[in-house]
Amino acid sequence: MFPPAFAYSAPESLDEALATLTNEGESARVLAGGQSLIPMMKLRLASPAHLVDINNIPGLDYIDAANGYLRIGALVRHNDIVNSELVTAHNGAIASAAPWVADPLVRNRGTLCGSVAHCDPEGDWNSVMLAARAQVVAQSTSGERVIAIDDFVVDFFTNSLEPGEIVKEVRVPKYAGRGGGAYLKLERKIGDYATVAVATQLQLGEDGKISEAGIALTAVNNKNTRAIAAERALVGEEPSDEIFKEAAALAAQAAEPESNVRGTAEWKRNVVSVYTRRGLEASLAQARA
Amino acid sequence: MTTTSHPKTPPEIGGIGHSIRRHEDARFIQGAGNYVDDIELKGMLHMAILRSPVAHAKILSIDTSEAEAMDGVVAVVTGELMAQHNLAWMPTLSGDTQAVLATDKVRFQGQEVAAVIATDSYIARDAVSMIFVDYEELPVITDPRQAMAEGAVVIRDDKEDQTDNLVYDWESGDKDLTDRAFAEADKVVSIETHYPRSHPSPLETCGAVADVDPITGQVTVYMTSQAPHAHRTVFALVTGLPEQNIRIISPDIGGGFGNKVPVYPGYVIATAASLLIGKPVKWVESRTENLISTGFARDYHMKGELALNSEGRILGLRSEIWSDQGAFFSDAQPTKFKAGLFHIVTGSYDYPAAHVIAHGAYTNKAPGGVAYRCSFRVTEASYLIERLVQNAAYEIGMDPAEFRSLNFIKPEQFPYHSPTGFVYDSGDYEAAMRKALGIAKYEELREEQKAAREEGRLIGLGLASFTEVVGAGGSDEYDILGLKMFDSAELRIHPTGKAILKLGVRSQGQGHETTFAQIVAEELGIPVGDIKVVEGDTDNTPYGLGTYASRSTPVAGAATAVISRMLREKARKIAAHLMEASPDDLEWEPGKFSVAGSPDKFVTIQDVAFAAYTNMPPDTEYGLEGVHYYDPPNMTYPFGTYVVVVEVDPETGVWNVDRMVAVDDCGVRINPMIVEGQIQGGLTEGFAAAAMQWITFDEDGNCIGSNFMDYLVPTAWETPRFELDETVTPSPHHPIGAKGVGESATVGSPAAYVNAVIDALAHLGVRNIDMPLLPDRVWSAIQDAKKG
Ligand SMILES: Cc1cc2nc3c(=O)[nH]c(=O)nc-3n(C[C@H](O)[C@H](O)[C@H](O)COP(=O)(O)OP(=O)(O)OC[C@H]3O[C@@H](n4cnc5c(N)ncnc54)[C@H](O)[C@@H]3O)c2cc1C
Repeated sequence: MFPPAFAYSAPESLDEALATLTNEGESARVLAGGQSLIPMMKLRLASPAHLVDINNIPGLDYIDAANGYLRIGALVRHNDIVNSELVTAHNGAIASAAPWVADPLVRNRGTLCGSVAHCDPEGDWNSVMLAARAQVVAQSTSGERVIAIDDFVVDFFTNSLEPGEIVKEVRVPKYAGRGGGAYLKLERKIGDYATVAVATQLQLGEDGKISEAGIALTAVNNKNTRAIAAERALVGEEPSDEIFKEAAALAAQAAEPESNVRGTAEWKRNVVSVYTRRGLEASLAQARA
Repeated sequence: MTTTSHPKTPPEIGGIGHSIRRHEDARFIQGAGNYVDDIELKGMLHMAILRSPVAHAKILSIDTSEAEAMDGVVAVVTGELMAQHNLAWMPTLSGDTQAVLATDKVRFQGQEVAAVIATDSYIARDAVSMIFVDYEELPVITDPRQAMAEGAVVIRDDKEDQTDNLVYDWESGDKDLTDRAFAEADKVVSIETHYPRSHPSPLETCGAVADVDPITGQVTVYMTSQAPHAHRTVFALVTGLPEQNIRIISPDIGGGFGNKVPVYPGYVIATAASLLIGKPVKWVESRTENLISTGFARDYHMKGELALNSEGRILGLRSEIWSDQGAFFSDAQPTKFKAGLFHIVTGSYDYPAAHVIAHGAYTNKAPGGVAYRCSFRVTEASYLIERLVQNAAYEIGMDPAEFRSLNFIKPEQFPYHSPTGFVYDSGDYEAAMRKALGIAKYEELREEQKAAREEGRLIGLGLASFTEVVGAGGSDEYDILGLKMFDSAELRIHPTGKAILKLGVRSQGQGHETTFAQIVAEELGIPVGDIKVVEGDTDNTPYGLGTYASRSTPVAGAATAVISRMLREKARKIAAHLMEASPDDLEWEPGKFSVAGSPDKFVTIQDVAFAAYTNMPPDTEYGLEGVHYYDPPNMTYPFGTYVVVVEVDPETGVWNVDRMVAVDDCGVRINPMIVEGQIQGGLTEGFAAAAMQWITFDEDGNCIGSNFMDYLVPTAWETPRFELDETVTPSPHHPIGAKGVGESATVGSPAAYVNAVIDALAHLGVRNIDMPLLPDRVWSAIQDAKKG
């Protein structure tokens, strides 16, 4: 790999990292797993002047459940999530997505928080986080703030962090009642980004009706996108094939895919619809289990 | 004749039929291989190449001043500088010319425009981005039929007589006879399909370290070469340097698949730079450079038709193809055959009439075409006929297996003279197919398929009963740039009975160091561990045309067997002398000569080897060594049947391979484990072609697929599980009955996968989906069929 020259520092505390980021300003970039940033530097699509490697900072690799949230720290690798029983017990969509992110080698290094920060519209995690109503905990030298995932994912490779801020944690609220989720991804091979993927999450009320629904789409818009009309169609309804089909059709309408080497727009929209329906069926089965 | 292989030698000797572990793996798995990029020479400089960002443009100016001013930059080389030394253009292995560094125009995206020589490779790459080129863009052609259309811009206006974009028009077979067959036909089945452009993508990209000694004029080039001797000759012709001063060393090669047969501009520029600067120069291309600029594979637009009678007998075949050669005709193929061996397209079937027309065209895409385990375009041929045969069966209303059976060439018809001039050496197609169908439980699968359809599930069974043709040459028919396609082996047996075998071919992972030692072990009884195999250094090996087109075992393997036998005859004389017997009274078993009738009176091959240097009969020359140049009497024709079972998701078009059964017949298997490895690799690559692999271009000629995120290579995860078996029909003319096998599975398997998907949809009327069978194409085919 032959990137342009860059400066590098590997602070051993979060404070030090935040201070460096503040001092270096726009020219500095956080280096987490490096699985998106380094390929971009290799292709000379990114040429940060200064890399702040956060891998030596202790205490950022936690997965825990506290105050009604599942919390995932900045240095939790994709593979940690694949292997986490806590995640499996807590959130079906996250557990179902983890083994579909990249390939085993990349999963050993890449982080969930890095992926969320990266805002690649073909990345998997932000769809899951949108469907699960996650929050991003951002920290800078001037303190911490919590950003709803809908406000965090701004656009194509663009998040709402301020200069000097770092994603310290991503957190996902626990299901209010019975809940289930799924992530269905169509990829061309292992390690491929999604051609189309759909994250779904359902929660059921005491009456067995759908109390909350989350549906979000990968790789079919300029950013990971919630299918809000489809979600609304579900809430308050008795789960049924008909309502799932209706939601699937609405989800397809929320997709604005491009025709490219991976397939035509028409087909991608069809896959959104099929995967939404299948994802809702799987989510329901999990919620009822 | 079908046999099975039983080793004749004990495991200690390890001759033919033993699945011994590969000798070369000891260094590879310990990270101790020695590849071009591992070569470090004193004072070595590094080169990086600036490539054209556009597909077709006039070069108005090149400004190198900022790059030249950078610290660490030693020189910037442009086409103009190369032209001063008459090196701006070079001959290709197909008899065309190719730009080394562009002077007038760029003709494909990724073409070499300038090169930086610097003290390290980071600086070299930084400096490349400081060279500024002014381009005036020209119309772009990305399709061969577009290239041949009236009024198309002439891409190769550098060539004096070139007034259009035609590279060649070529034909084979008998047109009149074929027209008559079609006139008599009850039914004609046709198909039009594209075999997409793919890339061999070896893990090691191409590169060279050129070391020109300014005092002696000695030119040593370490180079990723599958054909070091032929490359040395090309180097001599390009540079005018005396051939004895040129030494090509092809060290360990990290995969070739045909990618390392052509001579690339980078090799020539690095050598010229070393010559001009007087220091060694290293050039190793990046993955993207490899994918966008070096020899690709296929890109064949094909039409095929079969004439059938009402019983389902094939009467004749017609085919017309348009080959996209890219901007230069630079792949290697036998001079006489412009479309490679595509005319083997009549396949495993017996009919008298065939006619093939091929058109090659220049386009604004990277040059190449013949590569990636294709046996000179047999991949395309085998794909076309196996697709046609499957579709013909549907039209006639026969099961595709029975249709094949009816039309197969029968065992007693060999040697079989094909309508396009091949002489198939041996085969039993029916036996291989029956074996494959038996393993798959074909009849039961057909029942399952029916039952599944009732439930709305789509299961498909695909067959391919391919015939390959490998082992060029036969000097009467086969040459590259006039160099006849023989190959050679030099065998030296040392006084202690250990041997060294030197070959003109070059392994790129095929296991030559093991397989060829096994041939010597078989023929001379020397334990396989006592035999060292040397390849790839033109100063230290006999001349040969190199390793590609599955030719090493058919040609160099034969040379090895013949020279071993010649030395065995000399050994017989020495043994007779040692035992004071007549040579005619001696009996040979692997490793020793004994006197007929008294088996405890014997000498070993090691005794003989010692005597060859210490105690020879009076009229015999000392030493036990020799070299043989083998000119094959014919090609070899491996074959087999592959059966694939798939299930297609009707809602999305996603398909999965449930089973893949492969019965291969490559004659006698020297190292069965290595043969299976070759087959597994080929079946994987066939799957890749069918399922995911293509290099495509937008209308401006931008290459889509320039890295491994966009150009897909399957991993163990998605690769199907293979069920392998064999039949063994020896080649009657090869000294040990072996046929080549390096490419059979790449040649034969794509049609089997595609036929399986088509079979799943055949009842809907679907007859073709172009490769790769991406889910959206499969889904669209289903939608279109439903619409009618
Ligand atoms: C071969 C391959 C296949 C892949 N396939 C997939 C796939 O199928 N699905 C998928 O979703 N992803 C895929 N990826 C990307 C992978 O998931 C990355 O791990 C992820 O996108 C980024 O995480 P990272 O920790 O590696 O971030 P890095 O590469 O280190 O950083 C990425 C970006 O995020 C910023 N960043 C990182 N961490 C933080 C933080 N804590 N706070 C603020 N900014 C931060 C960086 O500055 C940088 O701009 C693939 C990558 C590769 C190499």
